[in-house]
This record gives sequence, structure tokens and C-alpha cells, in this order.
Amino acid sequence: MKSGVLNLVVKRLGIAVVTLLIVLFAVFFATSMLPGDTASILLGQAATPEAVAGLREAMHLNDPAILRFLRWLFGLLHGDLGTSYANDMPVAALIGGRLVNTMKLAGVTTLISVPLALTLGIYAAMLRGSLYDRAVTVLSIGVISVPEFMVATLAVLLFAVYLKWLPALSSVNEAHSLTDLVRIYAMPVITLTFVISAQMIRMTRAAVIETLSTPYVEMALLKGASRSRMVLRHALPNALGPIVNAVALSLSYLVGGVIIVETIFNYPGIAKLMVDAVATRDLPLIQSCAMIFCLGYLLLITAADIVAIMSNPRLR
Amino acid sequence: MARAVASRRSFLGHSYNLVGVVASLVILAWTLVAIFAPYIIPHPIGDIVDDDYFGPMRQGLWLGSDYLGRDMLSRVLMGARYTVGISLAAVSIACFSGVVLGMLAAVTGGWFDTCLSRFLDAMNSIPSKLFGLVVVAAVGSSIPVLILTLAVIYIPGAYRFARALAVNINTMDFMTVARVRGESTAYLIGSEILPNIIRPVLADFGLRFVFIVLLLSGLSFLGLGLQPPLADWGALVRENIGGLPFAAPAVVVPSLAIASLTISVNLLIDNLPQKIRDRDT
Repeated sequence: MKSGVLNLVVKRLGIAVVTLLIVLFAVFFATSMLPGDTASILLGQAATPEAVAGLREAMHLNDPAILRFLRWLFGLLHGDLGTSYANDMPVAALIGGRLVNTMKLAGVTTLISVPLALTLGIYAAMLRGSLYDRAVTVLSIGVISVPEFMVATLAVLLFAVYLKWLPALSSVNEAHSLTDLVRIYAMPVITLTFVISAQMIRMTRAAVIETLSTPYVEMALLKGASRSRMVLRHALPNALGPIVNAVALSLSYLVGGVIIVETIFNYPGIAKLMVDAVATRDLPLIQSCAMIFCLGYLLLITAADIVAIMSNPRLR
Repeated sequence: MARAVASRRSFLGHSYNLVGVVASLVILAWTLVAIFAPYIIPHPIGDIVDDDYFGPMRQGLWLGSDYLGRDMLSRVLMGARYTVGISLAAVSIACFSGVVLGMLAAVTGGWFDTCLSRFLDAMNSIPSKLFGLVVVAAVGSSIPVLILTLAVIYIPGAYRFARALAVNINTMDFMTVARVRGESTAYLIGSEILPNIIRPVLADFGLRFVFIVLLLSGLSFLGLGLQPPLADWGALVRENIGGLPFAAPAVVVPSLAIASLTISVNLLIDNLPQKIRDRDT
């Protein structure tokens, strides 16, 4: 039944592509609903009607929306993201370095939170009902139930205000040595790690507990396998699919978390760029940033679904 | 979890435990505050009552003062109105539309179900904060726009949940009997399916309420939610964030208010009697 899995995966990828198109369409139209005429905003109040009309013509603003959408999409496919309204620079140049910064932040967070959350989550499932399990569960419910900015402010209060270990603000440009770098990344990464890990711990714990309640694990218990052997040898290989699924899904929370964390810590990433672009209503910049975020999010949830399909033994 | 240590008590035929009771009391308290806030605030929210800014907690100014020297207690109490009110309106619209569409899709099936599910799944793959950002950029952030945006963001989730439940009920014999009797779609949805899925749907309503409170606070914190002079809890944290280095109560208290509400709702749902919480299938 190998081809069955392949079919499902291809179908899922197809859905992802269609979804991406719908999302791009939605982003484009939401941003073109902006009240006010772009040409007159750009030229300012002193502009003559002729100049506004000329610019409208030059920017193709008189074309039907669907034509503009297709042109924008065509530009995207050729790597042309348009020009920022606010400072007349190509969007690609504005985004480039910022995107690298955000990827660094997301990458470091992933490297720390995945092993941490998996260890805590699997142990919580093994020691289900113990004091440790209850503490981890209550803590992760707590983190999930509060807004990301609260985790961030508490982290600042604890590490920067009371303990004075770390600076509250990041500025990547001032990093001269490794210790500087660690101090700058520490606060944003700690905050994001808390948010992502809490999700991941809950999902991992649920996945392992579900596997532990299956008949073959009970069989392993009855034949006298030790607790660790039961979990590591019998349960974990079968829980791997759901766990990887949980990891991918939790990482998609990075998208929302990064927006808050970059703003609060003034971190020069793409989310901060987008929030600033919303404030100045810089459409091409908003569109491109939104597209990048949606793409990342879609990749992660598609990956999660594909892992779930592949790990289902009934389909293999 | 906490269920093991809390004492059980019987009330109105269901057994509730201590955590659940405390959580409901917190929710009830915030609801009352939201309704009666204008009558119970000690100072008008715009009045500057303290010579100092980011003042500490003291008699008369129980929660200190904010970045302009205004009374924090009054501002938090009034903030409850916006946070609870907007979220409640949004979650009601989201759950009502989502559940009705979900049941309709399950009963009707066919292309209607397929198209709607595909479309709403696509909507679901736009990250919620991003969706909020883009809409705010496009149409601004008045209260009606905020309510509608938050509702639209959470309709797909409510739809998916209700549809999954309704599809199971739809295969039952009593549904076939009702169809053979020639009942209308409205009857099938309202009288056959809804009573069978209402309890898990209500639990889902609570969870979605928490999501919406968090998203609204996040947007307001970014300065893209409620605009001054109105301030919900997220906006209160934003305007007082300058007090963070002094650990001013003005930053901490609104955050704690959000946390007390969302954690209470989560704990209440977690501690509902099994019968209500679980899917009825």
C-alpha cells in the first residue's frame, strides 16, 4: 500500500498549494481595501489632480483588482516583491536581513525548546499522576492561558529587573563578543521557549499517554518488561509519528509568538518590520511580510499533517 | 491534576470540585465588574489623581497609578468591560455561525460540505495574529471591526469542531427516521443534532473565549486593538510598559487580570464533570 501513502501525501501538498493561493488572494484583497487613494497619499496634499491621475496610471491602480493581483503574483514568482511606499526601497532589500534575524531567533528557540519539551513531556507521561507530572501540567496550562506579552514582561521582571542578569532590550548591531550575543538573544529566546515548550509538552504528553494505554504496552507490562524498557522500546517508536506531528504544530505557534516578542524586545526581525509597516500603512511591505509568515505557517502545518499520514501504520 | 486533591461536592445534581467552584467565582466576579464598572470605579478613568507617575500601591490608590498618574484600579475595572465585552460578543458570533454551518454541512453533505470545509480550512491556515494585523491595516480598529475580525478568525475552528461532532450524530438511526418522516433541514439541525452536541459545544465556546481574549489582548498590546482613550487590559499593559524597569504595579496588574480570567475559564472547563466535557460520541 506504498502508493496509497504517496497519493495522500501528494493530495495534501496539492491542498497546501491551493490554500496558499487562497491566502495570498485574501492578503492582497484585505490590503487593497485600505481607505484612501494610494496615489494621493504618496504625493501628499499639495499634488495637482493631473499628477495624481498620472501616478495612478503609472502604478496601474486603475486596472481591475484581479489584474493587479495576477501582476503581483507574477512579480512574486520572479522574486519581485514590489517597492515600499514609505521609503521607496525595494521590499526585498528591506526584508532580507530582517528575515535572517528572525530565522536565527526561531532556529535557536527550536534547538532549545524541542529537546527540553520532549524530555519534560515524555517524563510527565511516564510518571503520570505524580507530583512532577502535576507540576508540569499546571505550569504548562498556566503558560498557555496567558498572553505571550505577559510571559515576556515576567521574564524581563525576573531576569532584568530583579536579578539584573540580562538587558531588557536587544540590539543585534551592538554585539561584539559571544557573551554579548548570548545576552542579547537570551530574553527573546527564553520567552519564546516558554510559549512553544508549553504547547509541545502538552501535546507530547497526550501522545505518549495515548500510546501507553494500548494493549501491546499492557502486554509488555504483563510480560515483566521494566518501566523504561516499556516506554523506550515499545511505546516511543509508535508514538514517534504523533510526537513529530506535535512538534511541527507547536512550532507553528512561533509565528504568533515572534510578532509579540520582536515588538516587546525591539528585536530587528521581520515581525517588527511588519508591525511598523502596519502603523505606516505600507502596503507592499505588509503584503510581503504577511506572505512570508503564511508560507512558514503553512509549511509547518503541512509537514505536521504529512508526518501524521506517514506514521499511520494502517496506511503503510 | 488538581482534581485528585480537591474535595468533591454535590450541587444541582452534578458534582463539582473546589478548583471548578473557585474558577467559576472568578469568572462571575469579572462578569459583574464588566457590567457595573461605571458605578463602582473610585475615580473617573481620565482624572489625574497622583502627582507621581507609576505610583506604588497605597491607601486610596489600591493598585497604584499609571504613566500619567491616573488611578489604575479604576482603569483596570473599566478595562474589564472592553476585554470581556468584546471577547464575549466575538465568541458568540464565531460559535453561533461556526456551529450552525458545521451542522448544516454535516446534514447536507455533498459539494456544499466539501467547498465550505476546504474554504474554512484555508482560512484556518492564516495565523490568527497575522490576520488581525492585516485587517487592522486595511480597515482600522473600531470596536465593531474588532468584534467581527475576532469572530471571523475563530469561525473555522468552531465549524470544524461542530462538524466533526455532527457527522457522528448524522449516522444514527434516529436521524434516518427523522429524514424518512420528511423533516426539514432546520428541524434536523435544531431538534435532532443540536441537543446531542450542545454540551461539548459549550465547552468549546469557553476555550474559544480564552483564545479570543488572548488575541484581543495581543493586538491591543501591539497598539492595533482598542485605540485611546478606550483601553482594554492589553492596551493598559502597552501604555504602561515604560514602568517595567521599576516593576510598577501598572504593568503587572492588567496582565494578572487577563491571566486570572483565562486561567479560570481553562480550569473551569478542565474541572467540568466528565459527562459535560467529553464529546458525546
